[in-house]
This record gives sequence, C-alpha cells and structure tokens, in this order.
Amino acid sequence: MQPLAIEVNDVWFSYDGQLVLREVNLRIEQGEFLAILGPNGSGKTTLLKLMLGILKPTRGTIRVLGQEPWTAPDRIGYVPQDTNVNKDFPVSVMDVALMGRLGQPGRSRRYATEDRVLAKEALQKVNMWEYRHRPIGKLSGGQRQRVLIARALAANPRVVFMDEPTASVDKDFQTELYDFLKELNTRATVVVVSHDLSVLSSYVKSVACLNQTLFFHDAAEITQEMIDMAYHCPVELIAHGLPHRVLRKHEER
Amino acid sequence: MIEALQFEFMRHALLAGLLASIACGIIGTLVVVNRIVFISGGIAHAAYGGVGLAFFLGFPPLLGAAGFSLVVSTIMAMVTLSNKQRADTIVGVLWAVGMALGIILTDLSAGYNVDLMSYLFGSILAVPRSDLVAMAAVDLLVVAVVGLFYNSFLAMSFDEEFAVATGVPVKPLYFALLAMTAFVVVMVIRVVGLILVIALFTIPPYIAERYSGSLRGMMTFSVALSSLFTVIGLWLSYLFNLTSGATIILVAAFFFFASLLIDRLRKQRNLPLP
Repeated sequence: MQPLAIEVNDVWFSYDGQLVLREVNLRIEQGEFLAILGPNGSGKTTLLKLMLGILKPTRGTIRVLGQEPWTAPDRIGYVPQDTNVNKDFPVSVMDVALMGRLGQPGRSRRYATEDRVLAKEALQKVNMWEYRHRPIGKLSGGQRQRVLIARALAANPRVVFMDEPTASVDKDFQTELYDFLKELNTRATVVVVSHDLSVLSSYVKSVACLNQTLFFHDAAEITQEMIDMAYHCPVELIAHGLPHRVLRKHEER
Repeated sequence: MIEALQFEFMRHALLAGLLASIACGIIGTLVVVNRIVFISGGIAHAAYGGVGLAFFLGFPPLLGAAGFSLVVSTIMAMVTLSNKQRADTIVGVLWAVGMALGIILTDLSAGYNVDLMSYLFGSILAVPRSDLVAMAAVDLLVVAVVGLFYNSFLAMSFDEEFAVATGVPVKPLYFALLAMTAFVVVMVIRVVGLILVIALFTIPPYIAERYSGSLRGMMTFSVALSSLFTVIGLWLSYLFNLTSGATIILVAAFFFFASLLIDRLRKQRNLPLP
C-alpha cells in the first residue's frame, strides 16, 4: 500500500503563548487535490509551514509521504505567497527556478546538466523560459508567481503546496493556472491554501476549512456549518449539517 | 602614490586594504542581503571585549578579538534563530557589554598603555607581515566556504523558508555566515577600526546591488568598489596626512551619495515610464 500523501495527527501549535492551531487531524491520499480555506489569521499558512517542515508542531505528528516533512524535501514542492519574495534581490529567473533542485544531494556548489534541463522544462511549462535572464525584480506579480511555480516544479515533486496561488495573478493566468494545476494533479498531490473561496475550481477534489482547528470534508463541498464556523465564530464543535455543493450553487460571484 | 610605495608600511597598508576588500565584499554582500547589518555591527563592537581580554591575559589582541567575536557571533546566531522578536535588543546589549568589558579589562591590565584609538579607527599603517598572512588565510576561508555552498547561500538569502522546505541546511549556514562575519570584522578592524566596520560592510554592496544581476556579480562588484575606496582613501590620507580609516570611509560615503544622486537623476529622466 502506498503511504498517505499527508497525515496530520492531533497537531497543536502555539506561537509566543498564543494558540494558533489546535487538534488538527487530516489524512490525504496521494493524487488528491485539497483546498484548505480559512479567513486571515486562521492559521492556514502555519499549517502549511508545518506540513513543509518549516515549523515544528508543539504537539502531534505530521507525515508527508509517510516520512517526517524535513526528511523528504526532494519530493515536496512549495509555492509561497508572492508577497514574501524580496523584489530587490539580484537573482535571475533561471537561478530562481534552479533553486528547486537544491533538495537533491550535492547541489550546493554547482548544478548538474539534468538540473538545468528540468529547470528549463519547468520554465517552459509556465511560459517563462524567454524571461530566463531577467532579474526577478523586473517581473510583474503574475510573472513572478509563474517563476515560483516553476521553481517548485523543477523538483519533480510528488506533493505540491501552494499558498494563496491566485493572490497576485491576473485573470488570464488564473484560468491557465487551474488548467495547469489539473494537469499537475495527474502526477502529484496538490494542496492549495487560501482565504479566497474562488480557488474552489472544479478540479478541487476535497475541501477543508480552517479556523484554529480544521473541518475536513472528503469531497469538493462545504457545508454551511463549515463556512460559518471557519469564517464567523470561534470554533467549538463540528456539527453535521446538510451539505450542499458549493461549486454548483455559488452564485455570489 | 608611487613614491609612497617606497615605504614598506605603505606597501603593507595597500595590501591589507586589498585583502580586507576581498572578504569584505563577499561577506558584506551576504550581510546586506540577509539584513543582518545590525548583528555585524554588534559583533564588531563586542570584539573589543576580546581585545581587552587578550591584554589582560597577555596574548595577541587580534587573536583575542577573533576568538571573542566568534563566541559572540555564535550567541547572536542562537538568539536570532530562537527569538526573532527580541533579537535586536539582545544584540544591542551584547554590543555594549563587549565594549564595556574590553575597556574594564584594559584598565585592569597594568603596564599596558593601550592605544584604544587604533582599535576604534584602525591602524592600517602599522600592519605587520604576520597580519597579512592571517588576512590572506581569512580570504581563502571565505572564498572557499562561500564558493562551496554558493547555491545554498543564494537560496537561503533569497527565500529562507523555501530553502528550509527544500532541505537546505539553513541553520548551519547561518552559523557559518556569522562566524565568517566575526573573522572578517576582526580583519577589517585593522583597516578602518571597529566603529567604521559597518560602513565598509554595507556601502559597497549597497551600491553594487543596483547594478548587479546576480549575487555573484554583486559580490565581485562589491570587492572592486571596496578596493577602490581603500586605495583612494589611503592615497588621500597620505597626501593630506589624515587618519586612514576615517578617510577610507569618507571616500566610500562620497561614492554612496554620488550613487544616490545618479539614481535620482536616472529616475527623473525615466519618469514618463509607467
């Protein structure tokens, strides 16, 4: 049996005495496409960083592909929020894409030909190969997002994590991005984290709502209760309400 | 300048300036892009504690400074990694405590008439051959470490969290960076003194950053600028009989403001751009 893509067992996390996450449980099979939704400050990014091994849980365990996250970096792809990128940094598009290869042993001093090939393919996939010599600071927000995606792809990851993928992307690329993620999902598990319900495209296979704790539904649907709890009140318990398919009924847009 | 080079101390000074510029340009670049200028200033000042300790215990001052600032840099690395919120306060405290300790220890070292000024503002005109050898060794160390781990340093400086998620050993690299900073700081103390170290660390990379397409390019350009500043500074200080360290810094400052001005003019010309 192949290991679960992600396994989060009773994870608690507090920062500076503040409880950020409590009792989070999550089990994701390989090949899933999970969207984690939650308002700002709900702990989404924290949960993401825990799954990436950037942070360590105060309590509980996390496994990615059956291993502790920091022991499987060569199989994990990470696309951070564009706002975290230092835009003055003197680095070219190609050099950023190559960073995705650093999880392979011995890349610290120099990259192999294979790395350049994979970085090139990744840049071509997001239509950024022609910009390869351009400094990262001279790109638009959407272009930079594409480069960050290419960087994650260059690793040939089996699980890809994305933080607010649509935040700085223009409308044109948004559609393209979803097609692209769908294609990626045929090869890798995809986890998308967002405060924006519009990430719920038809490609999302399951949804979880987060506000300190997690409400998980093993389908691309959210119950009214999940939304209410995650977005409006301090969460106390999970109620089983009548589920309705968000993707079909979402009329506010 | 040519006639000045008849003197051995001037030849040593020139060589010391150039050797310091190599390490300074490389480590200064990493210090600037990693935004640890304040930490490097803290290490530089705390190094005086090591000078005092060396006088007190009777071993070579620069060796004392190197050992002491290595310890201080390790403490600072631990503090900044474990408690980012309060790190600047603790760095500030270590900064002051190191200096105070150095002054008290030299007070207690009877018989020594310590020239405090030479540590505060440098003593580039009195560099013995042995120091040149030590400086070359530090250069070699810096070039080797940064060269061997260049891609990892680049990833860490550009996007630390991604680097961690990708398995780059960010913590050891950070300790190594601060340890190298400590060695380079002590080396630059010879040239411009511990008060002015920050200027030579930050001004060349600051100018270089705007004209560089890669971190490697920024390092190379910083080394070139730093060399230029020390050579011009030395020459002016010889011509007008001025304190070398301070003259070097003022030359650097002149180029710094000139680059700001050029930038502004360029921006004004390009104003119609969207």
